Amino acid sequence: MKVVNTKIPSIDGKGLMMGRPAYTDDLAERNSLIVKILRSPHPHAKILEIDYSEALKLPGVELVLTHKDFTRKSFTRAGQGYPEPSPYDKFVLDEYVRYIGDEVCCVAAISDRICREALKLIKVKYEVLEPILDFEKAIDSETIIHPEDGIFEQFPIGFEPKRNIAAGYHMEVGNVVEDLKESEVTLEDSFYTQAQAHVMLEPHTVNARIDYQNRLVLYTSTQTPVHVRRIISQTLDIPLSRIRVIKPRVGGGFGGKQHIHGEMFVTTVTLKTGKPSKMVYTREEVFESSYSRHPMRIDIKLGATKDGVLESIDCHILSDTGAYGEHALTVFMVAGSKVLPLYNKVKSVRFYGEVVYTNHTPAGAYRGYGAIQGNFALESAIDMLVEKLGIDPLEFRDKNMIKQHETSPIFAIMGEGTEGTAMTMESCELEYCLHRGRKLIGWDDIYPYKQISETKRRSVGMAIAMQGSGIPYIDMGSATIKLNDDGFYNLMIGATDIGQGSDTVLAQIAAETLQCKIEDMVVYSSDSDLTPFDTGAYASSTTYVSGNAVYKAAKLMREMLIEEASIALKVKPEDIKYDGKTFEANDKKITINDLSNRLYYNEDQKQLVATGSYFGTKSPPPFMAGYVEIEVDTETGEVDIMNYVSVVDCGTTINPMLARGQVEGGIMQGIGMAMYEEVLYTKKGKLITNDLLNYRIPTRLEVKKLTTEFADSYEASGPYGAKSVGEIGIDTPPAALANAIYNAVGVRLKTLPLTPEKILMAMKKREEDNNE
Amino acid sequence: MKINVTVNDRERVFDITPDEYLLDTLREHGFLSVKRGCDNSSCGVCTVLLDNKPVASCTLLTVKTEGCHITTVEGISKDAEKLSEHMGDEGADQCGYCNPSLALTMYALKQEIPHPTDDQIKKYLVGNLCRCTGYQSQVTAIRKCLEDEE
Repeated sequence: MKVVNTKIPSIDGKGLMMGRPAYTDDLAERNSLIVKILRSPHPHAKILEIDYSEALKLPGVELVLTHKDFTRKSFTRAGQGYPEPSPYDKFVLDEYVRYIGDEVCCVAAISDRICREALKLIKVKYEVLEPILDFEKAIDSETIIHPEDGIFEQFPIGFEPKRNIAAGYHMEVGNVVEDLKESEVTLEDSFYTQAQAHVMLEPHTVNARIDYQNRLVLYTSTQTPVHVRRIISQTLDIPLSRIRVIKPRVGGGFGGKQHIHGEMFVTTVTLKTGKPSKMVYTREEVFESSYSRHPMRIDIKLGATKDGVLESIDCHILSDTGAYGEHALTVFMVAGSKVLPLYNKVKSVRFYGEVVYTNHTPAGAYRGYGAIQGNFALESAIDMLVEKLGIDPLEFRDKNMIKQHETSPIFAIMGEGTEGTAMTMESCELEYCLHRGRKLIGWDDIYPYKQISETKRRSVGMAIAMQGSGIPYIDMGSATIKLNDDGFYNLMIGATDIGQGSDTVLAQIAAETLQCKIEDMVVYSSDSDLTPFDTGAYASSTTYVSGNAVYKAAKLMREMLIEEASIALKVKPEDIKYDGKTFEANDKKITINDLSNRLYYNEDQKQLVATGSYFGTKSPPPFMAGYVEIEVDTETGEVDIMNYVSVVDCGTTINPMLARGQVEGGIMQGIGMAMYEEVLYTKKGKLITNDLLNYRIPTRLEVKKLTTEFADSYEASGPYGAKSVGEIGIDTPPAALANAIYNAVGVRLKTLPLTPEKILMAMKKREEDNNE
Repeated sequence: MKINVTVNDRERVFDITPDEYLLDTLREHGFLSVKRGCDNSSCGVCTVLLDNKPVASCTLLTVKTEGCHITTVEGISKDAEKLSEHMGDEGADQCGYCNPSLALTMYALKQEIPHPTDDQIKKYLVGNLCRCTGYQSQVTAIRKCLEDEE
């Protein structure tokens, strides 16, 4: 391998560093109307009247849109494949508002200032309704958040809106209740995770225009351009053929840009006025009025033998989807399907629960997608059980965890909204990850802790994790490779680079297959008019699913080139040897440059284009072991993170540096969720951690050192042996840190984030309990 | 109202309103390398140099820059290009949204602290948030870039 598995710099790094226009707002028409949304000050209310006459009188205001301007048609903003596993419970604008920040009406004006002025002039009369602000009290509450007609599920997802249930599910292997009764050692506890915010640095941004062919053109910062096109067409009754969606450079997504954001509004404004329009969310809107991670309560019961064989896992989850049910079922499912198979030798396992509506900011897709929540609970619980058993946590994991050539019945039972797909772990180096991480962190020297001064203790903690590589039989990627004169190529992909580096990685796969230099593979992603179909950047699918499509297209192009060379050289195709530069057979030669020039200018003229497409028939999981070394100040409860060791099995790393970037970025976001990213609401339901002063993401100073290594692994079904790497990094920090804190000071925190206050309070409480 | 400033060594006259922020003025006049991130000077992506000192343009009133020298990444393209090569070598590029601001802050760091330690680099750049990387590769790239110039 010459191009794959080598450290190639991102193909776009330089241009972006030089500040060349690339992002959605850089590409807006200069005279765009500014579109803004008047947002609800109430967590739950019925709109009785909207008086916008004063706003319309303001010079420069173009139009105001209310729910009366839209055909009443429900949809989901989830940005998933079709049919979606999320309930159709949203209207572009509605007569009800369901959280503080929900959309009341939409204003378009010639400037930002006038638009803001206009919002102030709109008078709205509300009938304020009782909100549900505690997700544990949502089911069968007297308040019904979605009592309206016209909302439905596309296929059974357990949707019961009259009970405030967006989705529900139940599965069981064996008999958990009976087995737990007979278990020699059991453990039972509940864990809480919070509504983490994505905080991609580019806010949600979109603009619209009508082109000279009278078609609607959207530039949008999205992970899912073809889904955006379909959902707009479906919801606003515009023929699909009249819509072009361009995904320019995206300034981070992490799942938050899988969803529809301002697309419906700019589309409607531009179609009604004929003028270009644009919308850029304020940071406050990104926090309050986009999406977050689903907060969950995870109730775990474990049963084991005295000598440390895990026999049963019972997992019940209550998940809070907020006001709308985007990704309600599927995130919840992944909290089981990409967590529970880690311990595949159990006799019985049950996974069940509900996803409920509340009057909070909606939840949605976020890197880790349920797996981080489930992992925090299970990997914390495993350490708690292990302590009861008096067994070493690494030895316990080594004995009970999934290994190469093994399987779990869960793979076949649980998919994402549908049934799953049975699979055996053809590549699984989790054992190596576990042992290598132990060495790298110096586990045996520190575990459980070392007293390093009167007030400081150093400790270690760890967790193991798995994720997936795309959604089998659903996610589809495709790629088109075009040969140009002088012998270079265009690679056109629907796969959406959102900063993770997929343009580079996919170019590497194509260049490796065609044995050309990376510079000779010019990438374009993505534009619904020009690039072939791809479901988009989510579910850790790009390297595996789109990568396989690129590989197939490149193989086909290679065959076409050999065929053309055989015609040019008048030899049989099977006699040709090709090294990426020259076709040779029987002492005859032609270079790729000459062959392509011949094809376009001189003889047998024709355009060579090859397209490949791929969908997975399984979703090979990447695995990792995450180890953390911390220093806890026993006087203040402060935690310093000294080193985070990640040993990852993601198959072949197509680009080892970019793969490391994915892991380290995921680790840092996971550390943020574990330690700092507190989500606070007022008693009235107003999100108060709605800017970067109050919502603390990790800065450069928080973590002293990241150590990242990859296991030598090869997944035969992946392109050049690759699996996914986009999400796996985020999963381990919450449990590893909670375990390390326990190992340091003996207090078990079960609610994220693990703040110094909580640590200190738990230590004080333990002291008081001991004194009693 | 009109103000006179120098942007990237070229004198400009901007017609502005008194409550306008520098970020909006610059983007309005085509300096699209200056990005919008947080609206309250906590993320750093809107960084420009004001008389060679890094400032957050999203909360700086344009009217206060009368007579000042403003530098965007286009004004330090050689330094930015060099940093981008080191970022590429370290695999530190991801979404790129914060890249121009990183180059500008590094440029200011170089003037202010010759031969900075890793700790000094981290502290100087603490206001430049990144949500994509784990920061470590960026710091290595910046250190190597600074060493390279010596």
